[in-house]
Amino acid sequence: MTHPLKRPDFDVIAGWMKPGERVLDLGCGEGELLMLLAARGLRGWGIERDPGHVLAAVENGINVIQSNLEAGLAGFEDDAFDHVVLSRTLQTMRHTQQILAEMLRVGREAVVSFPNFAYWKNRMAVLNGRMPVSEDLPYQWYDTPNVRFFTMLDFESLCAEMGIVIRDRQVLDERGALITEEPNFLGSLAVYRIGRGG
Amino acid sequence: MAERLSVGPVTPRRIAFAEPLPLAAGTALPHWELVYETYGTLNAAKSNAILVCHALSGHHHVAGWYADAPQNVGWWDNMIGPGKPIDTDRFFVVGVNNLGGCHGSTGPATTNPATGQPWGADFPVVTVSDWVQAQARLADALGIDAWAAVVGGSLGGMQALQWAIDLPSRVRHALVIAAAPKLTAENIAFNDVARQAILTDPEFHGGHFYRHGTRPTRGLRLARMLGHITYLSDDQMAAKFGRKRRPDAGSYGFGVEFEIESYLRYQGDKFAGWFDANTYLLMTKALDYFDPAQPYGDDLAAALAQARAGFLVVSFSTDWRFSPARSREIVNALVKNHQQVSYAEIASPHGHDGFLMEDPYYHTVVAAYLRNITT
Repeated sequence: MTHPLKRPDFDVIAGWMKPGERVLDLGCGEGELLMLLAARGLRGWGIERDPGHVLAAVENGINVIQSNLEAGLAGFEDDAFDHVVLSRTLQTMRHTQQILAEMLRVGREAVVSFPNFAYWKNRMAVLNGRMPVSEDLPYQWYDTPNVRFFTMLDFESLCAEMGIVIRDRQVLDERGALITEEPNFLGSLAVYRIGRGG
Repeated sequence: MAERLSVGPVTPRRIAFAEPLPLAAGTALPHWELVYETYGTLNAAKSNAILVCHALSGHHHVAGWYADAPQNVGWWDNMIGPGKPIDTDRFFVVGVNNLGGCHGSTGPATTNPATGQPWGADFPVVTVSDWVQAQARLADALGIDAWAAVVGGSLGGMQALQWAIDLPSRVRHALVIAAAPKLTAENIAFNDVARQAILTDPEFHGGHFYRHGTRPTRGLRLARMLGHITYLSDDQMAAKFGRKRRPDAGSYGFGVEFEIESYLRYQGDKFAGWFDANTYLLMTKALDYFDPAQPYGDDLAAALAQARAGFLVVSFSTDWRFSPARSREIVNALVKNHQQVSYAEIASPHGHDGFLMEDPYYHTVVAAYLRNITT
């Protein structure tokens, strides 16, 4: 996982959270989001698999737990956190439904961000016969950590199937600007705030 | 041994306590002494002190060497020193030999004032909590109100955990390395076989072997051989020894044939030559009794709830004595309480002994964590 310096989705995510709340960041990298949230008065814990990132997160003074997300969130209590965040990581995971269910078990609500495969430039790339490479999909097909390729419509349909409620949605273009029209066509990165249905 | 990064020549010190120490067993030690070493300089605010707790066979000689015995290097010298992860340019580091030990602190070989004879088997069974209370008296004597950190591996990590629970206002950070929140039945079983090896040695004399001018070296040797197996990993043993045989090995007999046999016997002999059998019994018993959650309805999170420390928990991938899953129990309890905790699982071939080895990732994580501690 790379963590580009510019993370406009962090502003969206932070905007959904209030000081004093507790956040679990899955695949927290070097702890960039948790540092931003700590500066805004939230309390955070991160999960990270990569030793280099764990070390950097410790250097950054972040609570980081070295663990593989594919093993789920066993050991964490139900409703332990106000928010569970999975930013730009869902597309790298095999156990998609399991992690979504686990996030909404241990968190009151969850935030998921992912590159939208239906972004118009990605569609163009495929129409031209090539797999897309962009700001939000910055890998070649042979070295990508991404194993799931899906669109906003696909994600929303899975949420409906799993009884997950979409509470908020912000969509960004490649430059990080907010998109309001035709999001599944003009949006490169989608950020969702989701909760348990019923 | 003029290593660039060593604290250099060190001198052990001794401190006597006249105030009796009440013990978990119900008795008290009337008069007792601790042997300890210090490295680095205690700052004016006395806020830069780190306590290093030792494991089963450890002691106060944690770093540096002795002027009259330069080959006698401290057991955690790769971790502690100027510029090392536990940086003595910044921290004042204290190593202490625990009560019941055999390196100078009051223990089974010390004279029992009631009898004028060595305590031997009559030395009271001491617990991890007892050690914490004794170490706290040493902190009092050194003028240290609160440790910047309490650090330990294995049984030492258990002391760090117990410190955070028993004396929460006196521990700002706890580094719990290659430890577990309590022993499993399998752990206790291994310890009991080790104890049985000692207890059934005819030279043990019910723990009063000193007065017979002998030592139960056969039992102690077996205990160490068994223990040593649990400190290594299967992978590492396979890589280091495999099924290799001694060049002079016979066959179809019971002599030393495989290299692993030779290695274990050597380790057993070496250990039995200097360690005290009664101390071995006491240390394994302290391990067995360690269970900080027990007074809290077996709820580890409830036990840890009062801790004020930040925690760094570290485990080693091939440690099967106290596996990563056991460290995760500690981490999960702390997260449940929304306490400050980081956790690193070190990929290591060295089994439980990994905590003593020099590993770049392990050492940089410890260094990074300690750098963020204010003094």
